[in-house]
Parts: sequence; C-alpha cells; structure tokens
Amino acid sequence: MELLVVSGRPGNWISLRDPRLRILIALGFALTIVSLRQVPLLLLALFFSVALVLSTGLSPSRIFRRLLVLEGFMLVLLLLLPFSVPGEAWFRLGPMTATWEGFQQAIVILLRANAIVLALLALVGTLEPVVLGHALSRLGVPDKLAHLFLFTVRYLGLLHDEYRRLHKAMLTRGFVARGNLHTWRSLGWLVGMLLVRSLERSQRIVAAMKCRGFNGRFYLLDGQHWHWADSLYALITVTVLSVLLLLDRVT
Amino acid sequence: MAHIPDGVLTAPVLIGGALTTVAALTVALRRLDSERIPQVAVLSAAFFVSSLVSIPVGPGSVHLLLNGLMGAMLGWAAVPAILVALVLQAIFFGYGGLVVLGVNCINMVLPALICAALFGRRLRDVDSQNGFILGFLAGGLGVLLTGFMVASSIAFSNPDYLPAAKVMLFTYLPLMIVEAVVTGAAIGFARRVAPELLFLPER
Repeated sequence: MELLVVSGRPGNWISLRDPRLRILIALGFALTIVSLRQVPLLLLALFFSVALVLSTGLSPSRIFRRLLVLEGFMLVLLLLLPFSVPGEAWFRLGPMTATWEGFQQAIVILLRANAIVLALLALVGTLEPVVLGHALSRLGVPDKLAHLFLFTVRYLGLLHDEYRRLHKAMLTRGFVARGNLHTWRSLGWLVGMLLVRSLERSQRIVAAMKCRGFNGRFYLLDGQHWHWADSLYALITVTVLSVLLLLDRVT
Repeated sequence: MAHIPDGVLTAPVLIGGALTTVAALTVALRRLDSERIPQVAVLSAAFFVSSLVSIPVGPGSVHLLLNGLMGAMLGWAAVPAILVALVLQAIFFGYGGLVVLGVNCINMVLPALICAALFGRRLRDVDSQNGFILGFLAGGLGVLLTGFMVASSIAFSNPDYLPAAKVMLFTYLPLMIVEAVVTGAAIGFARRVAPELLFLPER
C-alpha cells in the first residue's frame, strides 16, 4: 500500500476529525477558490492551504514533489496566455505582444490550482484509502462505485509489487528503456503480462469470495462518528469561505 | 497527461462535464453486475499501475492514458474504473483537481466508450488474428479523442485559450504514437498468452 499512503504526523488535529468533514471541507474550499478572481484573496487562500499542509506534519520535500504537477500542455497554456489575452502591452517577443492582463490570468490559474491541490492533499490525501472509501460511501456515493473503489485500492499495492517484479526481471535481462520501437513493444508486453496476471488473480479472488458466500452485497464496517466539534469546524469553514466570497465580490 | 487542473475552466464547462459524467456513470453502474466488481477492480488496478510507467520518447517521457484499451476490454465498466483512477490520482498524487473531476472524467470516458463500440466486439472475435492492429487503433484513437476533448474543453471555456488549445493538440501526437504501439503489443501479447483475457463479458 505504500503507493498511496501519504501519512502525516499521527494524532494531529486533522486526523481527529471525521473523514466526511474533511472531504466536505475540501469540496467547499475548491468550489470557493475556483470562483475567486482577486489575486490578494487567492494568495490568502494559498496561505491557508500551506498552513494546513504544514499542520498535518507532512514532510515539506514530499509536498514539493506532489505540488501541482504541471503537465506539458498546461505549461503551454500558461506560457501562451500573456500573448493571447488582449490588453495593456507588457513586453514584445518578436511579432507577439505579451499583456499584463494575460499574465494576471495565468497567475490566477496557478494560484487557484495550487491552493486546491494542497488543501486536497492535506485534508483528504492524508486519509487511509480504505477510510476514504467508507467515507465516500457514507456521503451517498453509489454502493457499486464505493465497492469498486475499495477493491481497486486493495489490489493497487499488490499489482504495483507485481509490476516491480516484472520490471526487475526485465532489467536483469539487460533491458534499457530508450525511445525506440523495441522499448515500446517490450513495455507493451509488460502491460500485457500485468493484465494477464491480474486476470488470474481476480479469478482466484472471485472464487474465494463466492466460497465465503459473496452475493454482491459488501458490508462496510467502520467506526466513523460525527462529533459536535466536527459541526463546529464545518460552521467555521462555511463562515470563512463566505467571507472570502463576499470580499471577492465587494472589492 | 489529460488532467486539467482546477481554476482553468469556466462554470458552464465544469457543470456540463459533471452532468455528462454523472449520466454516463448512472448507465454504467446499472449495467455493472455486482459479481463482476472484483474482476473490474483488479483490472483497473492493473491499468492504474501501467499508467505510472514512464515511457521514453525522444528527449522526454510520457505516461499512458490507456482509456482506449480500457474501453475496448471493459466496455461500460470502464466508466467507473476511470473515475476511480482519476479520484485516486487527484487525491494522492495531486494530478488534476476536485471541481474539474467531472470534465476530466468525461474527457477520458467518452473516447473509451467510442473505442468500446468500435473495437469491443472485434476484440472478442475468436477468429480474427489482428490483435496488434486492434490494440494499436484503440490505443491511438483513445489518445487522439482525449486530446480533442481536453483541447475543446479549454477552448470552450475562454476564447483567449484557443491558441494554447491548438498547440496543446500537438503535444498529444507523440503520446498517441507511443500508446498505439504499446497497447498494440499488449493486446497481441494477451491474445497469444491468455486469450480469455479478451473474452471478458462486455456488459
């Protein structure tokens, strides 16, 4: 399970809160942040998120590694925005003119995305995946989806180990990944082998579950209790988020 | 590779994405037999792990999307499988975001369903021998359509994003070629080693 576990310091104040509360706060925060337009307020939100992450005791190096992974095409968007938004000229690059308005839009996107990802990582990413599955189910996610989530999480770690075994076997035989057809085909076989192994495993699992009387119903046993303190935190969050939204509209 | 972060798209696109995802999910869950859940889950875990493999292309490297292959192999069950993968990636790896989850999901799910309709039956045909070609087409088409969906969800959000959306489409080309070859090899391999893998019920 080491693939997914992002454990913070045990016993910190976030881990004492109900998982449902943490999911709902993350959702409310994200919905609020995407509707904010003012840079100072977004900076404040980012500050909240960073404080949240630090208070969970996650190691800063891990956070940095998981900080918004800007994929190639997003980089394209952020770099091109200053040139595609009309407005006051900032600088010229050959035939193109960069504008302050475009630059500001790019900054707004960066701040929003990072604030939300950090809050999500701190509030929900520090949950055990199984606890998360139970909490989602209790929040009204359809049963089949919740079960699929729990089963997937259960087998991710195993299949990751399987992948590492297969990959190690390839390396032992002198495989070096390069950008050529041979590499791609070999990795395709690796994916194929992974699928074959997983099918065999799933057949054993289904057989074992049927032996134990599995009839499609999966009973979730957990001890999640909503405390009065959770309601208090929910109230505080709603207040803070409303103030942020009001400030964004008023100023 | 196809994760749009939060904060980029506008409300109509976000709401449209969320609604279509919920609609597709409703149909898919109704068609998903409870007894098949463990099997779909193990396969989707395998797809998830495969998408973590970084594959060198030229100076950089790419990660597979695998939605075309998932659609062809799992049919409608690919919808919840992809959603679960996206949720895990957003929450534990920081790819994508929370409010855009619906858009990110439909961007991958729709191509998967199209691949299911186009290649699902042929993949299950015992007589056909062209496993590599089917995998190649499903993998390539999955990426191509996803690229179109991502670019258009960005371009629909704001006309200012249009130039970036056009450039973006080109960044999908290397991935399309690599994914086509890799999934082609995977299907060709599976057909020889474990043909039963390809004859999973589609419903």
